[in-house]
Amino acid sequence: MSTRDFLHRLPGATHAFQRPAGWLERVHIDFWLLMILFVLIGSGLFVLYSASGESAHDVQRQGMRFLVALVGMCVIAQIEPRHLQRWSPVFYFGGAVLLLCVLLFGVGAKGAQRWIQVPGVGFRFQPSEIMKLAMPMMVAWFLANRPLPPSWKHLFISAVIIGVPVLMIARQPDLGTSLLVAAAALFVVLLAGLSWRLIGGFIALGISALPALWYVMHDYQRQRVLTFLNPESDPLGSGWNIIQSKTAIGSGGLDGKGWLEGTQSQLEFLPERHTDFIIAVLAEEFGLIGVCLILMVYLAIIGRGLFVALNAQDTYGRLVAGSITLTFFVYVFVNIGMVSGLLPVVGVPLPLVSFGGTSIVTLMAGFGILMSIHTHRSLVRK
Amino acid sequence: MDRRKESALIGYRYPIALIVLLAAALLLAGRMVHLHIADREFLQEQGDARSVRNEPIPGYRGMIQDRNGEPLAVSTPVTTLWANPKHFEASEEQRTALAKVLEMPVSALNKKMRDAEGKGFIYLRRHMIPDQANLALDLKITGVYGQPEYKRYYPAHEMAAHLVGFTNIDDKGQEGLELAFNDALKGVPGEKRVLKDRRGHVFRDLQILRQPEPGQNIQLTIDLKLQFMAYRELKAAVDQHGAKSGSVVLLDAETGEVLAMVNQPSYNPNDRSSLDLRALRNRALIDLFEPGSPIKPLTVASAIASGHYKADDVVNTNPGYLRLGNQSIRDFRNYGEMDLTTIITKSSNVGVAKMALSMPIDTVWSYLQQMGLGQGTGIGFPGEAVGSLTAPREGQKAKIATMAYGYGLAVTSLQLAQAYQVLANHGLKKYVSLIKGGDTLPDEQILPESVANRVVEMMETVTLQGGTGTRAAIPGYRVAGKTGTVHKVGATGYEYEYMAVFAGIAPVSDPKVVAIVWVDSPSGREYHGGEVAAPIFSRIMGNALRYLNVPPDNIAKEVASGQ
Repeated sequence: MSTRDFLHRLPGATHAFQRPAGWLERVHIDFWLLMILFVLIGSGLFVLYSASGESAHDVQRQGMRFLVALVGMCVIAQIEPRHLQRWSPVFYFGGAVLLLCVLLFGVGAKGAQRWIQVPGVGFRFQPSEIMKLAMPMMVAWFLANRPLPPSWKHLFISAVIIGVPVLMIARQPDLGTSLLVAAAALFVVLLAGLSWRLIGGFIALGISALPALWYVMHDYQRQRVLTFLNPESDPLGSGWNIIQSKTAIGSGGLDGKGWLEGTQSQLEFLPERHTDFIIAVLAEEFGLIGVCLILMVYLAIIGRGLFVALNAQDTYGRLVAGSITLTFFVYVFVNIGMVSGLLPVVGVPLPLVSFGGTSIVTLMAGFGILMSIHTHRSLVRK
Repeated sequence: MDRRKESALIGYRYPIALIVLLAAALLLAGRMVHLHIADREFLQEQGDARSVRNEPIPGYRGMIQDRNGEPLAVSTPVTTLWANPKHFEASEEQRTALAKVLEMPVSALNKKMRDAEGKGFIYLRRHMIPDQANLALDLKITGVYGQPEYKRYYPAHEMAAHLVGFTNIDDKGQEGLELAFNDALKGVPGEKRVLKDRRGHVFRDLQILRQPEPGQNIQLTIDLKLQFMAYRELKAAVDQHGAKSGSVVLLDAETGEVLAMVNQPSYNPNDRSSLDLRALRNRALIDLFEPGSPIKPLTVASAIASGHYKADDVVNTNPGYLRLGNQSIRDFRNYGEMDLTTIITKSSNVGVAKMALSMPIDTVWSYLQQMGLGQGTGIGFPGEAVGSLTAPREGQKAKIATMAYGYGLAVTSLQLAQAYQVLANHGLKKYVSLIKGGDTLPDEQILPESVANRVVEMMETVTLQGGTGTRAAIPGYRVAGKTGTVHKVGATGYEYEYMAVFAGIAPVSDPKVVAIVWVDSPSGREYHGGEVAAPIFSRIMGNALRYLNVPPDNIAKEVASGQ
């Protein structure tokens, strides 16, 4: 019997060896994560005011969404991780059923069916958003109860768990979201301890599959890739977005043109300036310094997320926290990469800064899970 | 066993993830640095190229003023709406609103846009009141723009239209002084640098590159009040007599400055939508006519000035006509022997013809020419007619004789006014002028002072009891003048249409104002100069003298007749 086990068995030990907690921790809120989120949300609204053409209305709407999302985050943070773990399959299968509904009788626009209209009320939502969280939770639930690193058999089952919803989302079609959902699940598998040989194999397979991907892509998706490779080929059409955003970023210089002073963005040369391309507004008005500051805020959130993952007390928590954090980073990377011309244009908003409701709720729910994992620890391992 | 493996996982998976993550973050940062720093100059240029434009600032066109500074032509800021049909994008609501501002049906607007498809520029509506144009610009329609311009406004409306003329919609002089002095009046446009948004709307002014230079103001010798008054009287008379046209010129006798110049018919330069081309003519300068009897005092003056006659000489006009080859010159009746004054009073054709024939052949011609008849006045008005006054040759007796009483030559009102100015100003010719402070030719003494004064006194008899122009008399003032009733020349020779003319000077004791009045083709029972033109002269001259504070020189008589 180790010393730790001995101490654990002492009467009243549970209380004596728990860490002294602040009042925030007692309501299961992680102080540091909350602070960094506030900084990000605050600067985001600040930039949004400029990007929306000084629309106080838009800023107010976005602020309301954040309030709702913050409340949601706090509620989720109260749920113990083991309950989350237990309910993971329910979320997953519920989400899968809803995805099926979308394919059967979903609503949408521009040739894509992505929404479910709740009958009777003017409310509709994207089930694929649920999958962004339910998917890594499900894979983590599956792998956490199995010996690690996962065996071939378990890897295959994981692939099925991942593959079915991803294909359903891709059929909507929403390639961007399906890739992000797949990435979230793959992070779990990766963190669960995939061997390097397998990782290398998958990467090689992925790269060799890229040309094949070309043939299953829709025309507009191909166009986006072509435009990415050579934006100047159609500067007034599909290349316009990316040329404009590069111009906006570059003309900002080191310290930018000043808040509300960006010519490309304020004069509406920049498309989607308050949604997907908001980072270009920030870059134009606050320059390189502004971009670096916002990147540092993002890195701080990710750093805190990884800290939570490393300190998680069980495999499920560690895998879910790691996946949520890394997926968050992927959002940031893909958005900034796309706006700055590193990646093709895929409709990924800049997390917690771009104008828009659904992604805010999903992201904040993810942070709620992180907080739950972090604040329901006891000092002593079970 | 499991646990250890798990710990091992924690040991290396997360740092690897962290490294990948940091590498990705560095990639992003590097990309940003690249765009911000390395490509900065190029991209900044690109940014400016999309949004910075140079725009012209219209230059203010100079004012045209009367002698007292009253405005005759002023520029007011207006906004012209134009569109680029290639970029035009408007919702149904915006189209409706735009059409409403443009005061046209939506269908017409749509058609206009369709017709102009492929073009880069069409006017939607020019010269709108800026407030109204802003209603359209506030719709923020892509491809609809506003251009500030200046529009000419003529406060004197039709009263000075012929003199001032007008500009076209591009602010260029088309007629009258607007045309003659276009170069002086026009402003030089400036240039400014502006920020434009994607739709091409000006977002903000950045800097003025060049200030616009306003054009020069031009001051006329015209007195707006006299102009108004003369116009009112002429219009009333032309209407009353059912005449085709009419003209009045008022000169300052001492300076040769034109105080008023009005014509009928006229037009409103502010609304030229229903413009009759006949109304455009500045008849006082452009229409030529045979002056007729008003030349007689000039013939008498040249006879005395040339030394061939003395003021009290007597001419025998018996038997009241004169045969010259197959032509005969007739008087109204046989006046018998007359002195020079009576010749003028009775307007004897035979008298002046005999005088002219008795002198060297070019005597009358050279004096008429020196007084300005058949000569350009040098006033600088576009389209001014020169007229004709040709020297008679040996043996052209008929020509010498008819020129003496005003036929066989063609003049304008202004030329006749110039000739009468010589009489009125004691023989000193001051060239007529329209622009205050403008250059004129040097003064010339054409007639000896005593001769000019004497002839004016002779002409006074015309307006006195027994004269042909008694209705030209003005209470309180001594008035000199000469009536004329001129046969008009048509395609087939002289017609039964007349021009009623009156040329006059007042006051006789110290002449201040010269006035020439003619009315073309009065259609009523009255058609003589003494019946039609003389009353107009009387009213206009009387008003002018009183307005100019000219002291009356005939009060005794006035008082006497009053009793």
